[in-house]
Amino acid sequence: MLSLTIYISFIGALVVAMLPAKPSSMARILALMVAVAGLVVGVLGYIADFGKGLVVLTDKAWVPAMGIHYLLAADGISRTLVLLTGLAAVAGVLFSWNIELRTNEFFAFFLALIGGVYGVFLSYDLFLLFVFYEIAIVPKYFLIAIWGSTRREYAAMKLALYSFVGSAMVLIGLLAAYATSGSHSTSLIALHAANLPVSFQMWCFPLVFIGFGILAGMWPFHTWAPTGHVAAPTAASMLLAGVVMKLGAYGCLRVGIWLFPHGLDPWGWSFIGIGSWRDVFAVLAVIGIVYGALVALAQTDFKFVIGYSSVSHMGFVLLGLMTLNQVGITGAVMQMFSHGVIAGLLFAIVGRIVYERTHTRQLAELETMHLSRRIPFAAWAFVIAGMASMGLPGFSGFVAELQVLIGAWIAKPWWVVAAGLGIVVGVAYTWRAMQKAFFSDGKASAHELEKERAHPFAAITWPEVTGVAMLAGVSLAVGLYPRILLDQIEPAVKALLAGGVQ
Amino acid sequence: MNYADLFRVTLPETALEVAALLVLVVDLGFLRKAALKTRVAVAALLGVVGCGAAVWAVLTTGGPGLSYGDELLLSVGGTAAVAQVGILVLTALTLLLLIGSDFTKNVGEYVAVVLMAATGGLLIASAQDLLVIFIGLELLSLGLYILTAFAKSSGKSAEAAMKYYLFGGMSAAFLLFGFSYLYGLTGSTNLHQIVLGSLTANSSGSPLFYVALVLIAAGLGFKVAAVPFHLWAPDTYEGAPAPAAAFIASVSKVASFALLISIGTAILHAVRDAYPTGFVTVFIYVGPAPKYLGLNMPWTLTLAMMAAASMIIGNLAALAQLSVRRLLAYSAIAHAGYILLGLAYFSYSPRSAQAILYYVLTYGLTTIGAFGVVSVVERATGSDRMDAFLGLHRRNPALAAVLLILFLSLAGIPPLVGFWAKFNLFAAVLSVGAGPIPFALVALAVALSAVSLYYYIQVLKRAYVMPAVDETPIAVHPVTMIVLVGIAAAVVLLGMFPAVLQGWIAGFYPVM
Repeated sequence: MLSLTIYISFIGALVVAMLPAKPSSMARILALMVAVAGLVVGVLGYIADFGKGLVVLTDKAWVPAMGIHYLLAADGISRTLVLLTGLAAVAGVLFSWNIELRTNEFFAFFLALIGGVYGVFLSYDLFLLFVFYEIAIVPKYFLIAIWGSTRREYAAMKLALYSFVGSAMVLIGLLAAYATSGSHSTSLIALHAANLPVSFQMWCFPLVFIGFGILAGMWPFHTWAPTGHVAAPTAASMLLAGVVMKLGAYGCLRVGIWLFPHGLDPWGWSFIGIGSWRDVFAVLAVIGIVYGALVALAQTDFKFVIGYSSVSHMGFVLLGLMTLNQVGITGAVMQMFSHGVIAGLLFAIVGRIVYERTHTRQLAELETMHLSRRIPFAAWAFVIAGMASMGLPGFSGFVAELQVLIGAWIAKPWWVVAAGLGIVVGVAYTWRAMQKAFFSDGKASAHELEKERAHPFAAITWPEVTGVAMLAGVSLAVGLYPRILLDQIEPAVKALLAGGVQ
Repeated sequence: MNYADLFRVTLPETALEVAALLVLVVDLGFLRKAALKTRVAVAALLGVVGCGAAVWAVLTTGGPGLSYGDELLLSVGGTAAVAQVGILVLTALTLLLLIGSDFTKNVGEYVAVVLMAATGGLLIASAQDLLVIFIGLELLSLGLYILTAFAKSSGKSAEAAMKYYLFGGMSAAFLLFGFSYLYGLTGSTNLHQIVLGSLTANSSGSPLFYVALVLIAAGLGFKVAAVPFHLWAPDTYEGAPAPAAAFIASVSKVASFALLISIGTAILHAVRDAYPTGFVTVFIYVGPAPKYLGLNMPWTLTLAMMAAASMIIGNLAALAQLSVRRLLAYSAIAHAGYILLGLAYFSYSPRSAQAILYYVLTYGLTTIGAFGVVSVVERATGSDRMDAFLGLHRRNPALAAVLLILFLSLAGIPPLVGFWAKFNLFAAVLSVGAGPIPFALVALAVALSAVSLYYYIQVLKRAYVMPAVDETPIAVHPVTMIVLVGIAAAVVLLGMFPAVLQGWIAGFYPVM
C-alpha cells in the first residue's frame, strides 16, 4: 500500500503541471489534497505494518537482462521516514499557501520532489534507489532558482552540483559493487548477500558514504546546506532540511553501512587514535555538531542560524550511525524524524510567518520590531520549536539525542564529551536568536507605536496555524510517548545490525 | 559472390537510392511551379517513405552476408541490422524537421543528398572489408560536406563546410594510408584476415602496425569527433543548417560507431578463433603485451586515450560556450568519449556492442530533438546564443518542456533514457575490465557527467528561471512540434522501460 505514495505524488505533479496558471487556488488545493493523500497512505501503512519486519510491496522484473528489479519494500526505518515525508509534504504545502508566482509550476516541482523522496525510502533495489535519488535533484534546483531569495541562482546551482557530485560518487560505487559482486542483480538483498571482498569494501564504503553524506550535510561537505536553506522558498527549505538531508543519511545507513559492513573494520594501524573509517566519519560528525553550533551562534541572519543548526543536528544522525550499536542507530533514525519535524517548524516560522510580514531576516533589524508583542503567535511557536530544537525533555529531540549519546558512550566516551559541548552551544544559539528576534528589551517610543498601528502585520492565517500545530504536536507526541516510533524502528535496526534481512 | 546475393544484401541501400532519384525527379520534374511549402512537404515525405521501405528491407533480409570467396564483404543482421534501422529512423526524423525550416529553395537536392549520405551510412554499418568501408565513408562524408554548405545565403555555412571539408579530406587521407599499411603487412583487405594476419609470426609486433593503427584512429576519430581530431565539430555544428547539423550529429555518429564495433568484434573474434583455449579473458591490460595479442593491445590503448581526452576536453570546453550549438558540439565530443570507453574495453559477447548501439541510437535521437528546438528558437530570435532562450517557458511552454527533457537526458538524469544508456555502457565496461585502469576511466566519466550538468542547466536556467526579455509567443510548425514532442516522449518512455529497446537490440544477435 505504501507504494501508492510514490504514484500519488508523481501523478499529482503531472496534473498540477497541466493546470492553467490562473486561478492559483486550484493548484494549491489540489497540491494539498495530493500531499494529504500521501500522508494518509503513509499513516495507514505505518499502522498496518507496525513493528513488522520487511514487507515487500512490489517486485517486478524491470530490466531482466541485468537483474534489475522494480522492488519496493519497507521495514520499520522506511515506514518511519515515509511518515516523516508525508508530514513534511503537507506542512510544506500549507506554508506555501501564499505563493502567487507560477503557482502550478511550483507545486508540480514540489510534488515531483516529494515523489522522488518517497521512492528512495521505499526502494530495495540499489539501481531503483539511485534513480529516485537523482529524480529528487532537479526539482530542488528549480524550486530554489525560481522562487528563492538571497543569491538564489548561486545557491541553487551550488546545491545541484553538490548533490550531483555526491550522486556521481554513489553511482561509481553502485557500478563497482554490481561488477564486483558478479551476482547479476542490483537488489540490495542480493548485493548484501554477495559477500563483497573486504579490500573492495574498504574503498567502496567511504566513497558511497561520503557520496550520500554530502546530502546529509556532513562536515566539511556541508556548505551547500546553509546557503541552500537560506535561498530556498520556505516550503523548499522545509523539505531540504526536513527530508532531503534525510535521504543522504538514509543512504549512508541503508547502502553504506548495510552493503559494506567490512568497510568499517579497523585498518590495522592507527594515527592519533583514528584507526578505521568509522573513527574518521565519527570525528567528522562530531566536528559537524560543534562547528555547526558555533557558526550558528555567530550569524546575523535569522535563517542562517537555522541553516547551521541543521548541520549541527545532522551531525548527531551521522554520529549515531557510526556508533554501530542498537541504541545509537535507533537514536540516529529517531533524530532523522525529529529533526525533520523540528527543522521544518523552525524554517516555517522564520521563512514564512516572520519574514513574509517583516520582510527582513536580519536579527539586528528584527530586534527593533518588538515581534513578541506584534506577532505573539510566531513568538510562542518559536519558543516551542526552540525548546524542541535544544533537546528539552518532552520533545522528540531529547529522546533522539539521548539515545545517540548513550550509543556513543558505549562506543567511545570522548565522542560524547565533544557532542555534549555541541548541545550546550545549541542552547546558546537558540536562546540568542529567540531573544534577539522576539524578546528584545527596548521599549517602543510613541512614534514607533503609531507607525506600528498604521502598518499592522497581516493576521495569522489558518494554514499557518494548522501547520505549526501539526508539526509541534508530532514532536511533542513523540517526546512524550517515544514508543510510537521506537517499537517501529528497533526491530528494523536489530535486523540490520544482525546482518540479516528481516 | 553472385549478383542475386548482392541485390539481396544491398536491398536497403537500393531502396534509399531509388527514393533519392525519385525525389529528384518529382521535385525537379513535376513540382517546378509548385509553392516551396508543397515541395518541401512532398520531398520530405518521399524521403521518409524511402527510409521506411529501407527499414522493411533491413528487417526482412535474412541469410548470410555477402562474401567474395571466403571473405565477408557485407554482414547481415546483428550490429549491422540494428545500426541500419537506427540510421534510417534517425534520417527520417531529420527529414521531418526539414518541413518547418526554410534555409534552402533546392529541397529536392537536399533530400536526395541526405538519402545518399544515409546510404553511405548503411554501407559502413555492414562493411567488413577495408575497401567497402572506405567507399561508404567517402559517400557519407561527401554528402555531409554538401549538406553543411546548403544554406547558400549564409557565410557561416560556407565557412563551416570548408573547414569540415579540409579536415575531412585530410583525415580520409590518413585513413587510406593506414589501410594501405594494413594491406601491405597482412595481404588482405578483410577485417578478419587482417587481424589473423597480425597474429602470425612474420608481422606481429611490427612497429608499422602501430603506425597503421594510429593513422586509422585518426581517420575514424575524425568521424566520431574524438579529441584530438574534433576541431571541426564546433564550427560545423554552428554553421550548418539545423537539419543538416542534426543529421551530422546523429546519423553519421551511428554509422561510424557501428564501424568501430565491427572492428572491435573482428579483433576479439579472430583472437578467440585463433587461440580457442584461453587468453580471451585476460586480453588487454596486464603487463607488456604478449605478441600473440596482435592488434588488440595497441588498439585498446589508442581508444582509451582518445576516450579520456574527449571526455575531459569536451566537458570542460562546453562549460565556456555561449552558443548553444557549440555547446552541443562539445557535449557531442564528450559523449563520443564515453562511447569510445565502451569500445576500448570491448567484450567478446555482444554485450558491449549492444550497450554501445543503445547509447549511440538514443543519443542520436536526443540530439536531433535538441537541434530541432535550437532551430525553432533560432528562427524566432535570429540567434543560437544562450540568451536567445530567455523566457522560453513563457514564449512556448511545450517547447521549453521538450528542451528540459532532452537536456536532462543528455546530462544523464534518470528516469530519462540518457541515464540508462550511460549506466548500461559503464556496466558493460566494468564487466570486461576488472582492473584499476578501466575502473578509473569509468569513475572519470561519471565525475565528468556531473560537470556536464552545469552547462546543460545553464541553458535550462535561461529557459525557466531568468526573466524574459521578450514575451511574444514562438510559433512552431505543427509537424516540427509533433516530431519534437514524439522524441521527448520516446526519451521518457525508453528511459522508464529500458528493457524494451534493449530486448529489441538483443533480438538481432544469435543467442550465446
